[in-house]
Amino acid sequence: MSTQSSTTEERTGIDEIHILWISEGMSCDGDTVSLTAADQPSIEDVVLGLIPGLPKVNLVNKVLSPSLGGEDFLAPYRAAARGDLKPFILVIEGSIPNQRIIDGEGYWTSFGNDPETGQPQPLNWWIDQLAPKAFAVVAAGTCATFGGIHAMAGNPTGCMGLADYLGWEFRSQAGLPVVNVPGCPIQPENFMETLIWVLQHAAGTAPPPPLDHMLRPQWLFGKTVHEGCDRAAYYEQADFGKDYNSPKCLVKTGCWGPVVNCNVPKRGWMAGIGGCPNVGGICIGCTMPGFPDAFMPFMDEPPGATLSTLAVKPYGAVIRRLRGLTNDMVNHEPKWRHNKQKLTSGYNPHYRP
Amino acid sequence: MTTSTKRKPEQIVDMSWDPITRIIGNLGIYTKIDFANREVVECHSTSSLFRGYSVFMKGKDPRDAGFITSRICGICGDNHTTCSNYAQQMAYGVKPPKLAEHITNLGEAAEYMFDHTIFQDNLVFVDFCEAMVKATNPGLLTRAERTSAPRGAVHGFKTIADIMKAFNPFEGEVYKEALKVSRVTREMFCLMEGRHVHPSTLYPGGVGTMPQPNTFTDYLSRLMHVIDFVKKAVAMNDDVFDFFYEALPGYEEVGKRRIMLGCWGAWQNPDVVDYRYATMNQWGKAMYVTPGIVVDGELVTNNLVDINLGLRIMLGSSYYEDWVNERPFVTHDPLGNPVDMRHPWNQTTVPVPQKRDFDGKYSWVMSPRWHHPQTGEHLALDTGGGPLARLWTTALSGIVDTPYVKATGSSVRISLPKGESLPETTLEWRIPKWSNTIERDRARPYFVAYAAAMALQFLEEAMGMLRSGDTKVYENFEVPDEAIGCGFHEAVRGVLSHHLVIRDKKIANYHPYPPTPWNASPRDIYGTPGPYEDAVKGQPIFEENGPDDFKGVDIMRTVRSFDPCLPCGVHMYMGKGKTLSTVHSPTYGASHG
Ligand code: SF4
Ligand code: SF4
Repeated sequence: MSTQSSTTEERTGIDEIHILWISEGMSCDGDTVSLTAADQPSIEDVVLGLIPGLPKVNLVNKVLSPSLGGEDFLAPYRAAARGDLKPFILVIEGSIPNQRIIDGEGYWTSFGNDPETGQPQPLNWWIDQLAPKAFAVVAAGTCATFGGIHAMAGNPTGCMGLADYLGWEFRSQAGLPVVNVPGCPIQPENFMETLIWVLQHAAGTAPPPPLDHMLRPQWLFGKTVHEGCDRAAYYEQADFGKDYNSPKCLVKTGCWGPVVNCNVPKRGWMAGIGGCPNVGGICIGCTMPGFPDAFMPFMDEPPGATLSTLAVKPYGAVIRRLRGLTNDMVNHEPKWRHNKQKLTSGYNPHYRP
Repeated sequence: MTTSTKRKPEQIVDMSWDPITRIIGNLGIYTKIDFANREVVECHSTSSLFRGYSVFMKGKDPRDAGFITSRICGICGDNHTTCSNYAQQMAYGVKPPKLAEHITNLGEAAEYMFDHTIFQDNLVFVDFCEAMVKATNPGLLTRAERTSAPRGAVHGFKTIADIMKAFNPFEGEVYKEALKVSRVTREMFCLMEGRHVHPSTLYPGGVGTMPQPNTFTDYLSRLMHVIDFVKKAVAMNDDVFDFFYEALPGYEEVGKRRIMLGCWGAWQNPDVVDYRYATMNQWGKAMYVTPGIVVDGELVTNNLVDINLGLRIMLGSSYYEDWVNERPFVTHDPLGNPVDMRHPWNQTTVPVPQKRDFDGKYSWVMSPRWHHPQTGEHLALDTGGGPLARLWTTALSGIVDTPYVKATGSSVRISLPKGESLPETTLEWRIPKWSNTIERDRARPYFVAYAAAMALQFLEEAMGMLRSGDTKVYENFEVPDEAIGCGFHEAVRGVLSHHLVIRDKKIANYHPYPPTPWNASPRDIYGTPGPYEDAVKGQPIFEENGPDDFKGVDIMRTVRSFDPCLPCGVHMYMGKGKTLSTVHSPTYGASHG
């Protein structure tokens, strides 16, 4: 791997860039797997230079990189940590464990070994080294954006999203905050589009991507599930499925679509196929900061749904306002996700009811 | 080693590969290699990721378990959801409608086809591709160029080297086609289960997928477009693996272990399954992949009850506190059999982060073992990467008898219909002589064929039901105050079980055991190594490179043959090893060379 250094510190006009992808957060690596499902465009298209207006991209991802493993695989990361490889986009997959709650030398997750001690090098060390040097920092998937499943109540690792870890005021070398692409996992094309926008910004052909207050791309997460759902006409007619045998609206059986920001029912899962409420799956809010705790138990009618489904006949401004309140509620992360020296998740391994 | 009669003085070098890239977290392989005798003399396998599902599921609504446990794995999350639903259905006493079972089976068939294809062709086969063989065994490549491919009429390649070229990453014809096939099969999956990898339409009690004729024809038309690819994959794999045995005498020793295979069964038979523990042996044997344990070539049991009661979770080299002094959750199973304290139903997970020490504790993985009731051994069963154990137990049991797949007692016959360019074809997988690297890999494309064939049967039955107006896919249930449940399934890479205890309508205990802990486990309390460690230790080295430019291809082939989730492209040791004066020096990373 070359350790080419950019000749300029300018923020535009980059003609070659590295993507350093680390999936060693608390995650299932489902975001990398989802990425390989994208075909509009595919990751091969980006790497092979088939998308006009992008810099040349050198992707380093453990699933897709043709590099050798072990230290050879780590070489570009080590070079970037030393400041010898730039510019690069840092992609983090998985939630960030709280290393500060560990006494002594243990670790929750690591990425390679510390060359000095031979002991596992914690993920947190890498983020501390790489994030401030990155052109942009992208969080792939709900674990990395907001903590996700691994940060749920009762977790032992105290993990959190990347913006909680780095601070919401964090800015990359390009002056960008963390770019959050939530989804458990990412919808394949949603991620590719965001990546392309960031790459175009690097090439100087596009402004920074427009993000909302939770740092999500606005054009992807600006609408609710409900607004794109092909069962919405049933909702409007107050025609609700009583169980999962129904092609009708799923709100009574647990769908959170009315207040969740996500475009999957409209877009499908891959190549327009699949999805959630549109094919019979309740929306469990997997793109949201409050996921999963705010949406559990998943198979019950969401609180507040009774009110809005009753009020659906004289619908209008009132409903929108009520829904706005709930949307605000689920658009916040629980307070226990933080980087303090204390575990506040309610962890209790010896739980006996 | 097969050839050397007199051992030379040892020349031991530490070699490590960390991270070996894979789906869940990190896998590191640390070895000591005797270059004088060209043999691996020691191997440790370590994982450095803890996530804690069994901890944070406690106290939650049990119906949420499938949605949460899907997130254990980013490639076979659906296998977890399915297995969780099986366990819940036992606990709730609910039996989903038949059509829901067909839809679930079709989703799982698509998952096996997708996952095995992308893994074998885009990841495993890079270790056997032209570029790799050139870098590790140039002499072998010259020979491959001169050897014509016996099954060329099926796959269209003239020589063995031509097949190897087609597997070159990003450029090779088969490599590229496999990526496409992995997308089409994922579309088939999404038709049944909504989203890949974390499905949206699976519920305890059934599915939410709206069954319509096009739900199944959309699946069928895609399946028929990939069916010839499946036939070709089997032929190409057979050609290359037969060539390895022939060209490198002794290659059967690579990754060879004592035959100790476990399979927990896949695809429920909707006519038989009722999810009750009392009838579990019957409906377990009716599954379309037969569960079983095979030791030294003999079938030990097909009974899911025996399999369940023999499960033991051992510590020894893992970063956890023992739970033997906790209060047990389950003292007896529903049939009155005693349940061991080391059984998943009674486990309490208490993580203790600490330093890595290969003489002490060195992994976040625990050591699942199976207690053999006759011999008293705690067996480090492996899954053969999934397909090897599945085909072996099914073939030996001789129970499966369907229009497209038939087990004979010594083989499995798989019939695939005519495709775009190839005629109707019957493939036969025969029980091999060894449980080794090549046979683990060879079984994989055969299992893709198996899954495609079973999908045809499920499609026909589902279509029949739909046309007769039977479209119910979900059955309601009540969560009981107290209950226990267990689910047995096959994740793509092998055995998967979920164990659940409900108290006060909440999860009191939940322990999923996926295949990777079985295969990647460290040494247990008795010092028994896990399957990766055991398979690598003692294996001969065929790579022509010496310690200075050693890549470790034979070792990586072995580790990867188990399908350690999803390893990428090529992950090899690069650079120089460190020669040691004593064998007991700590093993450091490659950068210490
Ligand atoms: S199914 Fe969900 S997203 Fe669709 S209309 Fe009903 S509430 Fe809205
Ligand atoms: S519709 Fe809901 S469950 Fe489906 S992907 Fe979007 S947020 Fe997640």
